[in-house]
Amino acid sequence: MNTARNYFFTVIIAFILTACGGGSELRQVDQGTLDGVLYFGTGTEIQTLDPHIATGVPEHHIINTLFEGLVLKNPYTLEPEPGIAESWDISADGMTYTFHLRQNANWSNGDPLTAEDFRWSWERALTPAMAAQNSYMLYPLLNAEEFTTGQINDFSEVGVKVIDDYTLEVQLRAPTPYFLQLLDHYIAFPVHRATVESFGSYTDQLSRWSREGNIVTNGPFELSEWRLNSFLRVDKRADYWDAENVKLNAIVFDPTENQTTVERKFRDGLIHRTEDVPLDKVPVYLQENPDEIVIAPYLSSYYYLINTKRAPLNDLRVRRALSLALDRDLLNETVLENIMSPAYFLTPPGTVGYNPPVTFTYDPEQARALLAEAGYPNGEGFPGFEILYNTQENHRRIAIAIQEMWREALNINVTIINQEWQVYLESVDNMNFDLARRGWSGDYVDPNTYLDLFITGGGNNNTGFSNERYDEIVLNEAPRELDVEARNALYFEAETILMENMPIIPIYIYQTKNLKHPDLQGAPSNIMDHYNWKYVYLEAEQ
Amino acid sequence: MWRFIGIRTLQAIPVIFAVITITFFLVRAAPGGPFSSEKAVSEQVKAALEAQYNLNLPAYEQYLAYLKDLLQGDFGPSFNFPGRDVSELIFQGLPVTAELGLYAMLIALIIGVFSGVIASLKPNTLQDYGPMSFAMIGICMPSFLLGPTLVLIFAIWLEWLPVSGWGNTPGDKILPSITLGAMYAAYIARLSRAGMLEVLSQDYLRTARAKGLPEYKVIIKHALRGGLIPVVTYLGPAFAGLLSGSFVVETVFQVPGLGRFYIQAAFNRDYTMILGTTIFLATLIVLFNLLSDVLAAWMNPRLRYQYRK
Repeated sequence: MNTARNYFFTVIIAFILTACGGGSELRQVDQGTLDGVLYFGTGTEIQTLDPHIATGVPEHHIINTLFEGLVLKNPYTLEPEPGIAESWDISADGMTYTFHLRQNANWSNGDPLTAEDFRWSWERALTPAMAAQNSYMLYPLLNAEEFTTGQINDFSEVGVKVIDDYTLEVQLRAPTPYFLQLLDHYIAFPVHRATVESFGSYTDQLSRWSREGNIVTNGPFELSEWRLNSFLRVDKRADYWDAENVKLNAIVFDPTENQTTVERKFRDGLIHRTEDVPLDKVPVYLQENPDEIVIAPYLSSYYYLINTKRAPLNDLRVRRALSLALDRDLLNETVLENIMSPAYFLTPPGTVGYNPPVTFTYDPEQARALLAEAGYPNGEGFPGFEILYNTQENHRRIAIAIQEMWREALNINVTIINQEWQVYLESVDNMNFDLARRGWSGDYVDPNTYLDLFITGGGNNNTGFSNERYDEIVLNEAPRELDVEARNALYFEAETILMENMPIIPIYIYQTKNLKHPDLQGAPSNIMDHYNWKYVYLEAEQ
Repeated sequence: MWRFIGIRTLQAIPVIFAVITITFFLVRAAPGGPFSSEKAVSEQVKAALEAQYNLNLPAYEQYLAYLKDLLQGDFGPSFNFPGRDVSELIFQGLPVTAELGLYAMLIALIIGVFSGVIASLKPNTLQDYGPMSFAMIGICMPSFLLGPTLVLIFAIWLEWLPVSGWGNTPGDKILPSITLGAMYAAYIARLSRAGMLEVLSQDYLRTARAKGLPEYKVIIKHALRGGLIPVVTYLGPAFAGLLSGSFVVETVFQVPGLGRFYIQAAFNRDYTMILGTTIFLATLIVLFNLLSDVLAAWMNPRLRYQYRK
């Protein structure tokens, strides 16, 4: 009896002692800065490290540490920089790219990295059975779309050719000014053929080749440990071709999802950087720790989709009235802590010199006139409709504010409904809504990533919008135009058509909000929220 | 006795089978699917994806294939974490959740029994009302409120403990354990108070006191044994509840346990993972209930009698 009791008390005391252990030591981030170890919050757990299966933003951050494509991006300018390709030539018609690969690039198991690795990896990404959700990113390659959709079966017809071990020739289907950017997306990264094939079929999504212990990579870092929902650690690779320019020794990715927990972890010195900040914490940080919060423009739009097939929203005058009666500045001030950027267009401004048209402004007078013209003077007899959003506090607050604005300006009553994410996706996909909240982040910096959403029958159109001239510009004229100015003018025309028909109500352009430890350097804000890991370093403030 | 156990075990089988069947068809009836995303994918990609995960087969064929695998102990691959099996994920999360549950249970027992007994010794005095109001607050206070409050006090203000994590930094297991244990401590406090009150008025305690035993011996040796029976029978279901109900605490403290996987699976429509965890937890709950039934029958022969013909 006595021994049992003694044992019991020993356990309790040990428990309490471990509790009070970590008091006097350095905070994790300060120790990390000394050791060159970055603690990086990703906001959610990643699904896979296979570059051809992955789909998310956190995956982007992590896979870019492990793999490297032909070109990289400068984090300050987003201009392409040499990656595995030392240099490249572009033909005068912009349709043929010849990449010269560096001869000192290798895989983490010591194998040399050659042009064939890229050809085979792109074949894998485009093979129909692979079911790569991002395969469309490689469609600018000649015949790539035809291959993925099964119209041709022979990959040698696709525009990628190995000239020799270190020369890769790429044929495009149209001059694509943003093509080099796509090569820094993980869908275009090489994977190690022998490793992939040693774990079964090369198209098998359930394959274990990309698991810790199995995976072979070619980037500046290699995978050391991955504990699901706990952390993922990558360490600097000594035999990476540019190892001398890799400044960090390791990065520990933290997948904590709950935003308030993440914010507390940051305050407690457990992470150097967070993926997001709870909106209500923004003013607190801006006031008390302005050097720890970073707010910067992001290539992402927030808008409402309109189902143009349903009354009363099938009436252009009603759609315009709704958009004109929306006071975006007031919304930004009252609901969004004044950190977003009010939008009267779809495409975020400043995408490679393209500036979207402003075809309307906040004008409640004209909105009321339009509504009267549509047969609802002072809102009388207006049948109402529903605003659909996916369950989330911020979307709800925005919807309520907009509901109130329309009641005040137009004297109409609309209802708001929320659905869980998957239910919401299905409703939007089946156009089973009146008005639906939508956010869209660009895949690359070019107006095309936004404007090709609304081509007739486009998979993400979901509004019923269809315009011949618009389709002609987006599908045929702009892709063939080599001159940047003329190309931008075409997109300007297309977006003007879009906004005149108002199948969407633009609301704001997103800004990223991160908490960033002042020690974290070489990670400038850019509209892609893109990190080039070779630039990143940690330096304690003096 | 063996007959009793046998019958109860046989009764459990249809329950588990019903859980499997209902869950299987219910998750497939839910809107959305494991591969729906904001970005539309082409018909070909969608079809190929469904073929990769056998979702192109008719539902009954999928069901039969699933049952076949299940009988061989195979929960199938996770849809959300390609390259990982559901059983692997369950057995990765289970030890964490079990450890968390164990600590929470220890805390609940120590605090609960102690305050319950203290309260029962002087009923309807301050010594009773104090711990019992505290217990009431414990029951009413949801863990998503208690957790952040404790973090604010002990991690942010006092800086004694880390704000979150599990096994990464020293002491990070304490706050999640306390948060999860608090509600159970409150229940146990009320149960032990009630049990003790009933026992304290029994004749045999008067006898114990009459023969001159010191009061602490009366309480510890004689009263506690009888008074804590309600607590003991509560432990089985409570532990099953701890295992299946810890997801709020796991979310607040980023504990990589079973609860996190369960919630992620539901949001992502990870069919096999939802099924796997549901079946696993249902089996555990049935098992723990069976155990506490057996325990109760062992202590009370009248319960066994109805199975004897």
